[in-house]
Amino acid sequence: MAERNGMVEKRGSGLWLTHLGLIIGVAFIFFPIWLAFVASTVDQQDIVRPPMPLLPGDKFFENYGRALVSGVNAPVATMLWNSLVMALGIALGKIAISLLSAFAIVYFRFPGRKVFFWLIFLTLMLPVEVRIVPTFEVIANFGMLNSYSGLILPLIASATATFLFRQFFMTVPDELAEAARVDGAKPMRFFFDILLPMSRTNIAALFVILFIYGWNQYLWPLLITTDPEMNTIVMGIKQMFPSGDDFAHWPTIMATSILAMVPPVIVVIGMQKLFIRGLVESEK
Amino acid sequence: MATLKLDNVKKSFGKTDVIHGVSVDVEDGEFIVIVGPSGCGKSTLLRMVAGLETVTSGEVRINGKRVNDVEPMDRDIAMVFQNYALYPHMSVFDNMAYGLKIAKVPKPEIAERVQTAAKLLQLEPYLQRKPRELSGGQRQRVAMGRAIVRKPAVFLFDEPLSNLDAKLRVQMRLEIKALQRELGVTSLYVTHDQVEAMTLADRMIVMNAGVADQIGAPLDVYANPETEFVAGFIGSPPTNFIDAALVGGQSGRIGVRPEHIALSDTGLLTATVGYSEALGAETLVHLRTGDGAQITVRQDAALPIPGEGETRGLSWTDENVMRFDASGLRQH
Ligand SMILES: Nc1ncnc2c1ncn2[C@@H]1O[C@H](COP(=O)(O)OP(=O)(O)OP(=O)(O)O)[C@@H](O)[C@H]1O
Ligand SMILES: [Mg+2]
Repeated sequence: MAERNGMVEKRGSGLWLTHLGLIIGVAFIFFPIWLAFVASTVDQQDIVRPPMPLLPGDKFFENYGRALVSGVNAPVATMLWNSLVMALGIALGKIAISLLSAFAIVYFRFPGRKVFFWLIFLTLMLPVEVRIVPTFEVIANFGMLNSYSGLILPLIASATATFLFRQFFMTVPDELAEAARVDGAKPMRFFFDILLPMSRTNIAALFVILFIYGWNQYLWPLLITTDPEMNTIVMGIKQMFPSGDDFAHWPTIMATSILAMVPPVIVVIGMQKLFIRGLVESEK
Repeated sequence: MATLKLDNVKKSFGKTDVIHGVSVDVEDGEFIVIVGPSGCGKSTLLRMVAGLETVTSGEVRINGKRVNDVEPMDRDIAMVFQNYALYPHMSVFDNMAYGLKIAKVPKPEIAERVQTAAKLLQLEPYLQRKPRELSGGQRQRVAMGRAIVRKPAVFLFDEPLSNLDAKLRVQMRLEIKALQRELGVTSLYVTHDQVEAMTLADRMIVMNAGVADQIGAPLDVYANPETEFVAGFIGSPPTNFIDAALVGGQSGRIGVRPEHIALSDTGLLTATVGYSEALGAETLVHLRTGDGAQITVRQDAALPIPGEGETRGLSWTDENVMRFDASGLRQH
């Protein structure tokens, strides 16, 4: 009994220490974001003149309104929309393609199966940045500059997601596929009725990751969108920075940064439950 | 209802021959159990009937129709898998209804058929649950229900009880038997458990390394094993085998069942008593003969139990002796 009490006490102080550590960590990470938020609610003068304010000002609606409607190069609303289309396109496209290719690789014996598998594997070693010049060439020749398809298509192929689904499909017992076959399910029916619902937590987890991946794309949109109307938010922020003697309106830039964070946060929070479940367990 | 005919069915995986030609005629409504040790090809044989495995040569006929190249769903069979293979994300109802949905059976009829099956299997309270919320026995029943609702011509079972505990296994065994009687559906049932085989089968197929050593009614097979393998595999404790030369025979071995040997002062053979197991109604006495062979004697509990280390005679009557030649075939 005594031993037990000791354990509890020890755990008690340990608990406080852990919490303290975590709180400091959170404050450390959160502080710059808080500063950005504060900066997005005050006047240009307040920022330029030290010291930097630590409490929000009264220009919230004014600054955010201006950012959304006019922005610096393009209205933030437009850029948000572009980013949303791109991130959704990439996330959903990647998931669809990799589900199908994993399904083919795991459940079908076709000539060249191994070859295709290794080809997919190879693309792992070729991130966007490495193949960016030839990819640009291709997209340009297809006339897809300044278009959503140009933004999305080159980023859709995903070896990582294909691997993830392949791994998951291989843990699905063969008997299940056989039972479905005896029940009369054709392959695609098995895919949609059984495999897809069984993968839903994995899909959710992957969606969150891929959405953020797509949202944070910087180099590729920078390269292929010249029209401000097609700018995405992440590259848009960079383009707002003053070059040379330009005058920068920092509150608007900060408001834009905060706005750029909102959609990924919504996605993460909204899908948190499924996301975590997908990472820790696979339902069988 | 349906008949099932296997005609010299063979199976090879690449260069390895797994089934070396099995022929059997299954009558309408018959319960056939395929029994044999692990790896002898029971599942492979069943899966060829199901259409999950191609037939290398020979013919499978259901109701006289050759089905070698027919898809499983069109063979009019239903299969119960060892691990149940229930769809984890579907409710019990949907699990049972899935095949009917695909076959485009009208909704009211699906509901009615599932209800009937659920009632038969006492699954009514669980229809809305997911498989993971059920016990092993209940999952087993759902797997049976999924087979029943389709009203197939042939039921195929692949070791459906092997994941259950001993008590539940006995109970489900009785239920399966009762159910099959009631529905009268031709059934093929795979097991490696000879007690299951003895109790369930109308006829059983004893498989040995890809060959059907013997096909017959359980008691016939028990009383008249055609090969040494069958004599040793069917019956528990197994048949005692004694070198024929020791008891005045020629080549080969003789087999005598434990219940057919009596301990006596003098006998056809002498052996040293090892340990004894008193099981209540009967006692199993384990002995070792001069050449090291193990002998088990099953005797009435009322008889005295010999002490360890004693030397006793073994006696049996000639009509209980099964003679096998050097290749293991029965000599009559
Ligand atoms: N896909 C396959 N490829 C190659 N060999 C196989 C394949 N499937 C089964 N075998 C072989 O065929 C033989 C029979 O297998 P099978 O599964 O039919 O045995 P079983 O009698 O059902 O055994 P158990 O009681 O352990 O289930 C085994 O030796 C096995 O190794
Ligand atoms: Mg098997």
